[in-house]
Amino acid sequence: MLSNLGNLILFITIFISFSIIYFSIVNLKDEKSVLKKNIYQLCLIQCTLIILTFFILVSAFITSDFSLITVYQNSHTLKPLLYKISGTWGNHEGSLLLWLIILTIFSFLFLVYNSSHPKNYRLYTLITQNFLILGFLFFLIFNSNPFSLLSPTPKEGLGLNPILQDPALAIHPPLLYVGFVGSSIYFSAAISSMLTNYAGKPFAQSIKNWVLISWSFQTIGILAGSIWAYYELGWGGFWFWDPVENASLLPWFAMTALFHSIMVLEKRELFYFWVIILCIMTFILSVTGTFLVRSGILNSVHTFANDPSRGLYILLFLSFLIFSSIFILFRKFQVSNYKINSNSKETFVLINNWFMIFYLISVLIGTVYPIFTEVLTNHKVSVGPPFYNTVIIPLVVLFLIFMSIGPNIRWINNNNINLNLLLKIFFASILINYLIIYFFKSYSLLSNFIIISSIFLIISTFLDLYKSLNKRSFNLSRLTSHLAFGFMVFFIGLNHNFSFEKDFNLKLGEKKEFEDYTIEFENINLEEFKNYKSVIGKFNINNNSKDLNLVLSPEIRIYENPSTLTYEASIRSGLMKDYYITMSNIDRSEFYNIKFQKKPFMIWIWISVIFISLGGLMRLFKNEKKNY
Amino acid sequence: MKKRIIKTSITIFFLFITLVFLIGLNKSSIYDTKDLVGKQLKNIELDNFNENKILRESDLKKNDFLLINFWASWCGPCRREHPTLLKLNRINNLTILGVNFKDKKENAKKFLNELGNPYDILAKDELGKDSVYFGIYGIPESILVDKDLTVIKKFVGPISKNEFNYIVKTVEK
Repeated sequence: MLSNLGNLILFITIFISFSIIYFSIVNLKDEKSVLKKNIYQLCLIQCTLIILTFFILVSAFITSDFSLITVYQNSHTLKPLLYKISGTWGNHEGSLLLWLIILTIFSFLFLVYNSSHPKNYRLYTLITQNFLILGFLFFLIFNSNPFSLLSPTPKEGLGLNPILQDPALAIHPPLLYVGFVGSSIYFSAAISSMLTNYAGKPFAQSIKNWVLISWSFQTIGILAGSIWAYYELGWGGFWFWDPVENASLLPWFAMTALFHSIMVLEKRELFYFWVIILCIMTFILSVTGTFLVRSGILNSVHTFANDPSRGLYILLFLSFLIFSSIFILFRKFQVSNYKINSNSKETFVLINNWFMIFYLISVLIGTVYPIFTEVLTNHKVSVGPPFYNTVIIPLVVLFLIFMSIGPNIRWINNNNINLNLLLKIFFASILINYLIIYFFKSYSLLSNFIIISSIFLIISTFLDLYKSLNKRSFNLSRLTSHLAFGFMVFFIGLNHNFSFEKDFNLKLGEKKEFEDYTIEFENINLEEFKNYKSVIGKFNINNNSKDLNLVLSPEIRIYENPSTLTYEASIRSGLMKDYYITMSNIDRSEFYNIKFQKKPFMIWIWISVIFISLGGLMRLFKNEKKNY
Repeated sequence: MKKRIIKTSITIFFLFITLVFLIGLNKSSIYDTKDLVGKQLKNIELDNFNENKILRESDLKKNDFLLINFWASWCGPCRREHPTLLKLNRINNLTILGVNFKDKKENAKKFLNELGNPYDILAKDELGKDSVYFGIYGIPESILVDKDLTVIKKFVGPISKNEFNYIVKTVEK
């Protein structure tokens, strides 16, 4: 029943998408008329139907309808309701439906909110977006159908991977998808802009809010993934340079470069083709990420269970996107001779873009390099954190310094940079860094540079804020994001240098003493929950010199469906530091392996990223007030 | 002319990338556990645990059967499985290859000193990347293969009594 209904609606949506394209083309030819009402209506019906299909799938998950293969493979009757629902997008088929929801919602909203822009520009955007929608609809129906039936219907499902049963991961995909699937709308707008020659400031104004929305959600989506990795993977880290993580970071770099360049296009009518390239690149990188994750071409422990035909389809679709975009770009591209003063805001935005593109290329090379070596030399390699840390981190220092100076530079021609002030900030940063070392401990030369440059950015931004408050005109969104970025790097730097880790074996009732800490393994309990059993340890952590006395309870969970063991960290988060403990081994009579960690300023890293994203949303509301 | 060269180069560049991705897709990578049985393990390259040496197929074909066991010192069930592996080690014609998964070398050594070493060959996979090629998604997991390195059976979790009997029967047949 649900299967038939779902499939029927998907087929109707195909028909509607073709109708939107048809009516848009008809409307294009009619130069005098305005955008036809039936196109709005069709777009509204299209996105309503896709949302309805999604709810049908959600209801199949809630009611544990195992006649659907997707539900059978990813759910179980004993699973809590939240994870039954999040199971809808915790698999390949369901997540593609989420792709379609975002493609159609953005398509409809772009049409509604950009009514002040020319009809043809909006129609071409709509046509391009509907080609994308059709591409994904065909993929969904004929290759990855979430409504495929299983006969005879099993009584029980296989269950969702336990490590995916987590609140942060339940919201991580939808947030991330708004980010990178949202970039489809400015990809379509860029193609439309070239086809209709609708360039310059109006084009920048038509896409900038969409870029901000996708960038803010992408940022917060990456954060949700990192928080999940931090407490669920049980290693205490939050970024592993895994191909799947990199796939979410690549469009983020392109988006960051893009919304900085849009400012220049809006203010100075410069960089039009560069903005176009970035729009195209962002969406292409999003699809490339999907290809890398879904096709199984890369060996990542995060990848979805795969099927080569899926990879082939996405690759074909990706090639179509790349080559059609290149074709249009080659036809429309005009060389422009920009005369930009080297001491101007435009130059600093360009510098920001160079950095972003450098990071993007480095991460892209690191991510796809194993594919190239395997194909070209038949040799398997893996690119790990040392590559990224060596290539990316040193340049962060320079990036932060440019980021501190850039916002205060004027458009067109800046008279003078206040070197005196910069030197004072620089020495203040060195002094603060020295105080940290003096009172706590010393760290590597590179860490010194990172921390000094992040303090440099923080002080500069605070001074900006102070000056802006005096002038009563300030760009709060930019100040928030930049300040939060400075703090994020600062706290990551401190976290990296001041984290402490101790690995040891303990028996029940034993104590372990090291430095000023005493860790006592006091008790162990076996508890039964709805969909798992849990071995819960009770550990007393004492530190006499700091008057610390806390109890942490890490768990070993035994899930039956599918049969898996997970190690759940017990974390006490504080303003200054997190205490983090994991245990492994389920045999009562033997030793338990204990990993104890002290991670300073973790909460401040999360808060900083939230504020980086918030800056984007604040700008969005500010733009709304201006009535773009 | 210059413009044309640039355009052609860009197109060729993207064509090349697409082609590499296409070939990469068709490379026989074993990721999916359920498809593993009956497949031959090829192009094995594992880091030797004790020496700075790479283990290849030829190093693993000493007996008619090979049991590849993925383990770590931090893994509780591996500890529980250990006595079974020690018993399996007594069987003739079976080589046991232990792949130490995402572990610290010193902890792994301590583990083996404490509980005994059932492995004829020891390899390490510090980042857990090589194990993905064997379809490993958790440990302990073991794979029984024949002399041609064709997978006979895969065991997820600690080897149970029935699975132990299955291995003994298969090897001694």
